[in-house]
Amino acid sequence: MALLQISEPGLSAAPHQHRFAVGIDLGTTNSLVATVRNGVSLVLNNESGHALLPSVVRYTAEGSVQVGDAAQALQSEDPVNTIVSVKRFMGRGLADVGDVSNLPYRFVEASSADKTHGMLQLRTVAGVKSPVEVSAEILNVLRLRAEQSLGGDLVGVVITVPAYFDDAQRQATKDAAKLAGLNVLRLLNEPTAAAIAYGLDNASEGIYAVYDLGGGTFDISILKLSKGVFEVLATNGDSALGGDDFDHRIYCWLLEKNNLSALGAHDTRLLLTRARAAKEELTDHIETRITAILSNGEMIDTPLTQQDFYAMSKNLVGRTLQPIRRALRDAELAADEIKGVVMVGGSTRMPQVQRAVADFFKQEPLTNLDPDKVVALGAAIQANVLAGNRNEEDWLLLDVSPLSLGIEIMGGLTEKIIPRNSTIPTARAQEFTTYKDGQTAMSVHVVQGERELVSDCRSLARFELRGIPPMVAGAARIRVTYQIDADGLLSVSAREQSSDLESHIVVKPSYGLSDDEVARMLQDSTLYARDDMQSRALREQQVEAQQLLEAVGNAMEQDGETLLNEEARACIHAAIDVVRDTLQNNDQLAIKRAVAKLNEATLPFAQARMDKSVSHALTGHNISELDN
Amino acid sequence: MRSLGSDFQQDFFSLFNLPARFQIDITLLEQHFRVLQTQVHPDKFTHLPESERRVSMQWATRVNEGYQTLRKPIDRARYLLTLHGVDTQEETNTAMPVDFLMQQMEWREGVEEALQDKDSAVLDELNQKLRQDVKSLQEQLEQLMDKQQDYPAAAGVVRKLKFFEKLVEEIDSAFDEIDD
Repeated sequence: MALLQISEPGLSAAPHQHRFAVGIDLGTTNSLVATVRNGVSLVLNNESGHALLPSVVRYTAEGSVQVGDAAQALQSEDPVNTIVSVKRFMGRGLADVGDVSNLPYRFVEASSADKTHGMLQLRTVAGVKSPVEVSAEILNVLRLRAEQSLGGDLVGVVITVPAYFDDAQRQATKDAAKLAGLNVLRLLNEPTAAAIAYGLDNASEGIYAVYDLGGGTFDISILKLSKGVFEVLATNGDSALGGDDFDHRIYCWLLEKNNLSALGAHDTRLLLTRARAAKEELTDHIETRITAILSNGEMIDTPLTQQDFYAMSKNLVGRTLQPIRRALRDAELAADEIKGVVMVGGSTRMPQVQRAVADFFKQEPLTNLDPDKVVALGAAIQANVLAGNRNEEDWLLLDVSPLSLGIEIMGGLTEKIIPRNSTIPTARAQEFTTYKDGQTAMSVHVVQGERELVSDCRSLARFELRGIPPMVAGAARIRVTYQIDADGLLSVSAREQSSDLESHIVVKPSYGLSDDEVARMLQDSTLYARDDMQSRALREQQVEAQQLLEAVGNAMEQDGETLLNEEARACIHAAIDVVRDTLQNNDQLAIKRAVAKLNEATLPFAQARMDKSVSHALTGHNISELDN
Repeated sequence: MRSLGSDFQQDFFSLFNLPARFQIDITLLEQHFRVLQTQVHPDKFTHLPESERRVSMQWATRVNEGYQTLRKPIDRARYLLTLHGVDTQEETNTAMPVDFLMQQMEWREGVEEALQDKDSAVLDELNQKLRQDVKSLQEQLEQLMDKQQDYPAAAGVVRKLKFFEKLVEEIDSAFDEIDD
């Protein structure tokens, strides 16, 4: 009995090549790429030996794009065209970003006619750019770095996002990856990635908190680690709070100290850069000097003590404690039940942050892994597993969705459909009815957030279910289903029960890009030449088809005889033959169609295999194996 | 062609290999949840064909739904009553004993007062007391469902628990407000 094979659904019977996969930490300040080589997770350096790629993109009039150190070096000189901390703009409208008067950019409100909101855009010398395009430039540099370093195409990537990112921000990240030609295996929450790197390293058991303060985002996740399962119990955070805000405090203080007002873009960027340097200096010095020469020749020379810096940033640190209390309440835990606190993100180097966390949890936080690298390292480990390169130790990650998802009901109120901290993937359905006689359409407004009023929540999407048969008010039965996938992305469908009328949408948030927009950006993209794109698409399709053939072949060998009758086997074999035939030619669309057919043909088989695996799971020795 | 496998239709208690009772072994539930997710979770199928990924997503969703349902006592009670064909009538049956309603009003006032005074210590105290009341209702449920099989009476207790569930939510949002 091939019980072992069944209980290991990912295990391919035939030995196959190592599939190149990487983890990418797309950070506010710095981005990194890491991979697993010979069983060890390591960060990939650029040719000068640097791991951290500054998340800075500069557009030039000639149409070239600089990313990283080169762009960062010119940020004060060319502040308008040099985009820093673009992550703060992902999936965000201008109103969300708040005070932009201190930012040197020329913002453009999105102008799509059919949208009331839209993601903000930036006008540069090379044209108007979406934050998605800017992020894609960063991802592209990391992709090239990885391909060079590994010596081959990537099967896929795991990209990390702040746990508290909402649907719009996640979708924007996924779009950026698509634009950079990356196959996203999974969007992974940053604190969870850190926990993987940490937990697997230390073989820890118990309940841990991950405190992740990055350049622009703050997350707190409470995880339970036991027997190879990482289970997120609760997560909370603030997706607009990070190291940048500390820089900004120093910057404002500098303006006040020096009686400065209304600085130009150049001077603003210069002082922000100096503010950040001062912040970093104060990590292990009790005093520093901030010096700069402004464009009008004015000399700035201001001393700043650790004490003053702590005082001016006290409420920023305090703002991170509030989400911690909430996460603990959601997990129904007290601070003293936390076995360890893992510190992640460059901003946790600040001594006042470490002290506040230590005071709150009444224990010294764990800082033995590099807070800048730990997220990328964890993402690489997950990418390696997801790509099918399994190692001996088998483990599982169970994550949650950070924010409640609801629907607008009468009176501008929110009805929650999926509560926050639900383990994903998840689905919930709710029934609604018409409120007028003869009502034939119903509009569905999808919102995300914890507040009661729709206007206080984030509007994700609106769609209409039309063609409801006219009935008296309250007679129609409209079932709205929300589904969150393993990436934390939402899709919504609505169905009128009596007529089986279905309306299904994958929620593209109002702040997101439409598929057309992504396609246009791909076409305009300087990242690839057109021919390159086509041959790449063909190659990817061929690889996918070959992998499918291999996987179906293995499955048939294992279970074909026992689970399928002759007719069903013949049907699958016929679909296999079609895929084989189309692989002879270089027709991408034909291969794609044949692959889709084979997938369709094997669906009942896949279900039968899963049934078998599930019914075997809770009998016999599998449980005791897991206990060991 | 069948739409879903036979196992997919089974009730949550069978899915988790637990007896269909109100009182269950939570540790065992957790353990079985992990065993099942290890089999079906999408992370185990990312490199496999789309058909298998789709089935995995459906199963993982169902296992999560089952786990949520069985883990929370009030949801477990509701579900068990549904299996026995008893409607809890939480929306339609609003007739509650007067003393119960009076007590509820006192609770509400207590929470509101604590909120106005921004007193999280008082809120904590209310929270503790509330949990005790909830616990004793849960003990009643065990008695009614597992020992006496008196499901209509159990439905009445679920309706009471629903009031307490709302109170828990109110206390939570009061904590949040005090935090802000």
